[in-house]
Amino acid sequence: MENLIGLLVAAPLLGAALLLCGGRRLDGKGHYIGTALAAASFVIGAVLFADMLGRGEHDRALHSKVFSWIPVGGFRADVAFQLDQLSMTFVLLITGVGTLIHIYSIGYMEHDERRRRFFGYLNLFLAAMLLLVLADNYLLLYVGWEGVGLASYLLIGFWQHKPSAATAAKKAFIVNRVGDVGLSIAIMLMFTTFGTFTFAPVLTDVDNASEGKLTAIGLMLLLAACGKSAQVPLQSWLGDAMEGPTPVSALIHAATMVTAGVYLITRSGAIFESAPDAQTAVVTVGAVTLLFGAIVGCAKDDIKKALAGSTMSQIGYMILAAGLGPIGYVFAIMHLVTHGFFKAGLFLGAGSVMHGMNDEVDMRKYGGLRKYMPVTFVTFGLGYLAIIGFPGLSGFWSKDKIIEAAFAKGGTEGWILGGAALLGAAITAYYMTRVMLLTFFGEKRWVPDEAGNEPHPHESPSSMTIPMIVLAVGSVFAGGLFSLNDSFLKWLEPVTGHSHGDSPLSAATVTAGTMVVLVIGVALAWAQYGRRPVPRTAPRGSLLTRAARRDLLQDDFNHVALVKPGQYLTRGLVYVDHKLVDGVVNGTAAGVGGLSGRLRKLQNGYARTYAVSMFGGAAVLIAATLLMRAV
Amino acid sequence: MSGGLAAAASTTSTGEALQFWVLGTIAVLGALCTILMRKAVHSALSLAGTMIILAIFYLANGAYFLGIVQIVVYTGAIMMLFLFVVMLVGVTAADSLKETLKGQRWLAALCGIGFGILLCAGIGNASLKSWNGLGQANSGGNVEGLAALIFTKYVFAFEITGALLITAAVGAMVLTHRERTERARTQREQSEERVRIGRNVPPLPAPGVYARHNAVDIPGLLPDGTPSELTVNATLRGRGQIRDVSRESLAELAALEQRSKRWLGRKTDETAASGGDAETENGENTANGENGENAGSARNSRGAAK
Amino acid sequence: MNPVNYLYLAALLFTIGAAGVVIRRNAIVLFMCVELMLNACNLAFVTFSRLHGNLDGQIIAFFTMVVAAAEVVVGLAIIVTVFRSRHSASVDDASLMKL
Repeated sequence: MENLIGLLVAAPLLGAALLLCGGRRLDGKGHYIGTALAAASFVIGAVLFADMLGRGEHDRALHSKVFSWIPVGGFRADVAFQLDQLSMTFVLLITGVGTLIHIYSIGYMEHDERRRRFFGYLNLFLAAMLLLVLADNYLLLYVGWEGVGLASYLLIGFWQHKPSAATAAKKAFIVNRVGDVGLSIAIMLMFTTFGTFTFAPVLTDVDNASEGKLTAIGLMLLLAACGKSAQVPLQSWLGDAMEGPTPVSALIHAATMVTAGVYLITRSGAIFESAPDAQTAVVTVGAVTLLFGAIVGCAKDDIKKALAGSTMSQIGYMILAAGLGPIGYVFAIMHLVTHGFFKAGLFLGAGSVMHGMNDEVDMRKYGGLRKYMPVTFVTFGLGYLAIIGFPGLSGFWSKDKIIEAAFAKGGTEGWILGGAALLGAAITAYYMTRVMLLTFFGEKRWVPDEAGNEPHPHESPSSMTIPMIVLAVGSVFAGGLFSLNDSFLKWLEPVTGHSHGDSPLSAATVTAGTMVVLVIGVALAWAQYGRRPVPRTAPRGSLLTRAARRDLLQDDFNHVALVKPGQYLTRGLVYVDHKLVDGVVNGTAAGVGGLSGRLRKLQNGYARTYAVSMFGGAAVLIAATLLMRAV
Repeated sequence: MSGGLAAAASTTSTGEALQFWVLGTIAVLGALCTILMRKAVHSALSLAGTMIILAIFYLANGAYFLGIVQIVVYTGAIMMLFLFVVMLVGVTAADSLKETLKGQRWLAALCGIGFGILLCAGIGNASLKSWNGLGQANSGGNVEGLAALIFTKYVFAFEITGALLITAAVGAMVLTHRERTERARTQREQSEERVRIGRNVPPLPAPGVYARHNAVDIPGLLPDGTPSELTVNATLRGRGQIRDVSRESLAELAALEQRSKRWLGRKTDETAASGGDAETENGENTANGENGENAGSARNSRGAAK
Repeated sequence: MNPVNYLYLAALLFTIGAAGVVIRRNAIVLFMCVELMLNACNLAFVTFSRLHGNLDGQIIAFFTMVVAAAEVVVGLAIIVTVFRSRHSASVDDASLMKL
């Protein structure tokens, strides 16, 4: 069984190699190869899952060493895999959703002549992401971490002929780099503190390390998580990343890669539990981001960017939960999985809508699409109900638990975090209702595009709708299934541990509160977008709306706080380099040159001149000898 | 030389002192001549003189073996080698003593005077009042004493010097040897080539031969009185060793001829046979000139024919 | 008379030889000046030998002679070779490494 773990990664890696190196011969069947290998990976994952269920609760973890990577003296870093319940959850999510999105992409990318390459990148992403969650040490995790960053860069910029896409890809790459520096520093700190990178010794050895060091490691890990999961303050890339093809947004920038930060924090839970300050930072980042993303999501008219804001906000929930410690780990992962279903479904729905609307993304130019694309409407609607936490659907179970856990943190902190989570739930209800109303309800607001083509909204082909249906089913039932008999909790508890905390509010009270804010949010949106006709061009809006449309000024902030000083610093350095460094270098060169030009005259080639200097030198030597004797 | 026999002396014999002052002065003069003579041959001869005096000083200092070696090897062999090379390079070539390097002479004077003074100061500093003399060391004979040292204490140095000499001899041969890369042209080939090119088809004109200088380094004169370089051997031309036949020297020669003619005329008066001799000589001279002219005209006609 | 006078004479001859090396252009004369310097040294050695009362100085002078002979042989061969290619025995004409 252990050997199958390597195959899990190898299958998509083989696909990537085949598709990227295979050349044009594979153009006709590349997408089938890519999809088949993704599916193969999923099947292997399912087999491993069945095998894991067959074993006892505490010996479910599998370990597989592939080869010794860096053996140096007593230290060794291995390419080794660790498959426990946490990794298993991710493997199934990644390969499952990944396979569905591969299938969806066959239809979505049908008219793109670089489809083979697209599938190669998708397979590369799957391989890297699986490596990330299966690694048994931080160094190998780092390889996967960089691999998904690379795949993300390649896929955001897949339509690199569009300057906006190329810029967005670069932006994502650079912002991610900031986070990656955090991860690499964290790994270095671990090495100096524990002398190893492997999860098991590091996480069991935390008691022997000083709290200051653990806090530093924790903060660096948080920085890494912020970069990869688009959390404040490294959130700015996610909105622009929507320039990539929609399946990419669904797979990488909603369901899987952006949740890597949550995985990292959950996996390193032992470090954070021993460093309360780092934990506080985590929950702060989570709470701020969940509100930040939600507010941004309210203001965007671009359907994908509204969903991106929502993703940011939902991951904020997960980070918040993960920062709560054992109270929240399980719910963070649970929300991660359910979010993977419904957000992927929502994105695929958005892609389906765009597919039928000539790639129009402005929701103000949609309206009344439910009659034209019924399947998309139903699946999107189910995803919508799931995300806002409609009772009984996935989001209800997972999000409700997170809010409960936030209150259970206790003290003032608990009230603040719980309040923020509740407020976030209200805003979520508002912006998702807005997206729903603008897209599928109201009157038609379509306009011909620049080429004069009137859009003819139509349902997407079955290769696109089937994955949407599957994901919609997941969005509806996953949460309930997980909460039935607390099965998900029992499944993950051996890995992450769990505690109930001491909630000041009963579970019923929290659920009731959640329902109330949900109704308020939906009602507000209905009042604004359901009852009144929606203008085709956005009204000017309040100051907050305008700020939110600009992503709450995040780019302006980065520009003023980082880009400008950086430019001034660079200019200063260039000036110093030109004037001072070059001046010294050129001055030295000129000085040596001039001196040599003068010294060269001594070297005239006449042996007699040299003889004179020898003669004089001998005289000086005698003089020196006499002087020394005289002294 | 009596000082050499004394075990520890503070002064030498008066005879040696006298010899030192007389011969020392000559040695210094010889050295000065060596560096100041314009012709290398004179320099070599002056140096040979200095070396002989040094040999005498060696003998005076009890170095009998070295004194003889100095004469045999240095003066006899090395200086002769010098003279050979001087001959090879051009015995009559005189150097100009005009300095061409800027400031060289001043620097040389400064360094020389400074060096000399410092050296003398150093010797004076040693302030030697008494010495041992070689009586003890030379008691078994100077040559035997040296041999004992050379073949015991200095035997390795001696052997290595032998190797050095062999190397030097081989080196000199390698340096002066020129490998012939192609077959030497035979006389027939050379003459055929001359005919083919059409230059110097007849033998080259002979050099001018005057009564006073029956030498090959005097160019023959063309009918207009200008010297013809062609008449002088190429090697001498290459060395620039053609004797001057400028107007002044020609005038001098003419005056000489005049004088000899007058002298010969008187002789003619006394014996006709001598006059006939003189006539013959003059006739030869003219013939030479004509010959040169003939060669020149032959050249010209050939050039025109071309 | 003190034999130290021989040393002064040697110093004088040496200096004259050195000056000759510096002011003369003809390579052969230059070589003669070098020989003069070597001879001056030999005189000094011989005198030292007498002053010290042993024969080591004479041995050194003897070796100097041998080395000088070797040096002259090679040096004159070089002069002949240079003269053959440059048609000049002047050291100033040989101021370039190649023709």
